[in-house]
Amino acid sequence: MNDMRIVERDVDTQKAKITARGVQVHYGTTHALKDVNVDILDNTVTAFIGPSGCGKSTFLRCLNRMNDTVASARVSGEILIDGENIYDKRVDPVQLRAKVGMVFQKPNPFPKSIYDNVAYGPKIHGMTRNKADLDEIVESALRKAALWNEAKDRLNAPGTGLSGGQQQRLCIARAIATSPEVLLMDEPCSALDPIATAQVEELIDELRASFSVVIVTHSMQQAARVSQRTAFFHLGNLVEYGETGTIFTNPTDPRTESYISGRIG
Amino acid sequence: MTVALTLTVLLVLAVAGFVLGRRRAVASAQGNIRVLHSLPNYYGWHGAIMAAVPALLALAVWLILQPMVVERQVLGYFPADSVESDAARTLIMADVRRVANGLDVAVARGALTDVQAREVSTTTGSIREVLGTVGVALGAEVTPQVLEAAQRSRELNLSGAWMRTVLTLTLALAGLAYAIKVTDKDFRARNRVERVMLALLMLASTIAILTTVGIVMSMLTESLRFFSMYPWQDFFLSLTWSPSFQGNSQLGLAPLLWGTLYISLVSMLVAVPIGLFTAIYLAEYASPRLRAIIKPMIEIIAGIPTVVFGLFALVTVGPFLRDAFAQPLGLGTSGSSVMTAGIVIGILNIPFISSLADDIINAVPQSMRDGSYGLGATKSETIRQVVLPAALPGVVGAILLAASRAIGETMIVVMGAGAAARLDLNPFEAMTTITVKIVSQLTGDTEFNSPETLVAFALGMTLFVITLGLNIVALIIVRKYREQYE
Ligand SMILES: Nc1ncnc2c1ncn2[C@@H]1O[C@H](COP(=O)(O)OP(=O)(O)OP(=O)(O)O)[C@@H](O)[C@H]1O
Ligand SMILES: [Mg+2]
Repeated sequence: MNDMRIVERDVDTQKAKITARGVQVHYGTTHALKDVNVDILDNTVTAFIGPSGCGKSTFLRCLNRMNDTVASARVSGEILIDGENIYDKRVDPVQLRAKVGMVFQKPNPFPKSIYDNVAYGPKIHGMTRNKADLDEIVESALRKAALWNEAKDRLNAPGTGLSGGQQQRLCIARAIATSPEVLLMDEPCSALDPIATAQVEELIDELRASFSVVIVTHSMQQAARVSQRTAFFHLGNLVEYGETGTIFTNPTDPRTESYISGRIG
Repeated sequence: MTVALTLTVLLVLAVAGFVLGRRRAVASAQGNIRVLHSLPNYYGWHGAIMAAVPALLALAVWLILQPMVVERQVLGYFPADSVESDAARTLIMADVRRVANGLDVAVARGALTDVQAREVSTTTGSIREVLGTVGVALGAEVTPQVLEAAQRSRELNLSGAWMRTVLTLTLALAGLAYAIKVTDKDFRARNRVERVMLALLMLASTIAILTTVGIVMSMLTESLRFFSMYPWQDFFLSLTWSPSFQGNSQLGLAPLLWGTLYISLVSMLVAVPIGLFTAIYLAEYASPRLRAIIKPMIEIIAGIPTVVFGLFALVTVGPFLRDAFAQPLGLGTSGSSVMTAGIVIGILNIPFISSLADDIINAVPQSMRDGSYGLGATKSETIRQVVLPAALPGVVGAILLAASRAIGETMIVVMGAGAAARLDLNPFEAMTTITVKIVSQLTGDTEFNSPETLVAFALGMTLFVITLGLNIVALIIVRKYREQYE
């Protein structure tokens, strides 16, 4: 972990965007998430790290109620976004998800053209009035996701025909095209080469100016590079949460320490 | 030896081939199967295949060819002009076969000895009586020619059976010996077995293709015969259909084609939306418990015989449509109508579309839906813009299947729309379809030598071309969208 660049960690605002209190998730009889309490700050990149199967994706999916689509999932506890409980009956999950965008762990482009994939969100939310606006949104989303150069000549080609890493960037472009307030990214760089990874990390850092970003990653270096806050999950528990620098250099919990130094995982 | 017995012997030889092949392979490896090229069972299968397959093929070919050879020989006993037409030939062969069978039965029951059966002739007494005593009833006294022919056919069949058995068993033993000879540890039994599997699969698909080709060829020749008797311009362009067996028929395709397309259109207008919506409801909205109840209930419809649907059309739907719509709107007084048949065929097709489309929609991966929900799309947006496009090729296939069924449906049309060929826009008017007319032109004791009967083949050919065209169009649609959507 020598190449770890500890970037400046000044968090611009300390306002909590998302507040989770006592969140528990059961899949049938599996207790996947146990009493998670966390405050995710606005204009901040928060990294979730932890061994495979510890509940990172599960918690991420709670934040935009994607677990509603899993029949066996039961979520309890309270999650507030901008002070409003998103599990309240009055909250429309559809509207919530427009506000809280998500990039999934497995790339899942629609069986449509590259253009239509990116234009999907803006179209259903009526974000544009004419084709030129839409073109502009699509182009800027693809540029931000570092896919424009590869895709600009084949915008009408099917998105499923792209390579795995290209599909991953297409899904990122698709998510940012709707300009969400919170962006949840589940291992967005797992299939990317170092150059594309660097570009996406740059994007994440840019997005921080306007959004709150949560990123799940298995790369300690990446967490250290892009995030200001880090949460370490282990066996369904949120073990430790705090400043990224502190977590990596001076963790309080022995489990965090052994995970970061590569002893458990 | 009978065929059944031969088959049993072949089975035994195949088992022997399996055991011997396997044992020899293991022996050649001195018990260390790691040095064998293939797993021991492959050597076993190789032995079994070599023993059974060539022999079975020879047996099959023999069983197909022998009756042809016998028929040829037997027909030689009759004057050439009496066996010229197909019908006469079939009749004579039936006679000969019945007498030959009768002789077989008589020998089996002891009414005749083997020698007697071979020597007996019409001059020494009534064959009919003799056969009558053992329960074989003949319509008329046996003519000398038929008797001789029957005796000859028995002789040929007997010697044929012997030769067949000898040939089959020789081949089986030779195959077995060959398999045992080539088996040793380096022999690539696995590859050989693999190739035989491939050949079997290819054979299966060839049979399907050949059958289709055969059907098309026979329809084509009969259609050509029809067009040699009846001008094709009249068939395709005339607007009247009025066959009469005294001749002077007008056999215009147009009214039938129109009826077919009209009724199919109405039925698809009923079946596609209802079936598709049902499928979407079942796949996307219904809870698993509800789905487990509703789906089988809808599928019951598919199990109802079409004639029952015909009754439903005749007794319920027809009169209802007439009283509720046709008469008040002044559109006619007919209970049988395009609407009646179309709606009932549509109902018949609902489970086809719903069940197939439901399976196809379910096969669309959940991650695709998640992607859409994750962008803030509602359920119906997701279904319309992501799920259905992804399922489109399959859904088109399902719709096509239903369309082919609608075009080919006969019973419901007869009972629901009648049998009157008419060219009319009014959907409450009785009309009829190509299939109905094929049936009605062929019922009764008619020979296939007048345009009135042969037209059935031309109609069948037309139907075939329509369905083929439909398939091609669908294929093009699917391919076009697949390029875009996959
Ligand atoms: N749909 C589901 N049904 C049942 N159990 C599930 C489901 N999804 C996740 N789980 C279980 O919940 C636990 C947490 O899974 P989760 O996907 O959140 O892990 P993760 O931390 O994202 O792991 P990874 O790093 O491998 O992606 C695991 O034990 C998993 O088996
Ligand atoms: Mg995960």
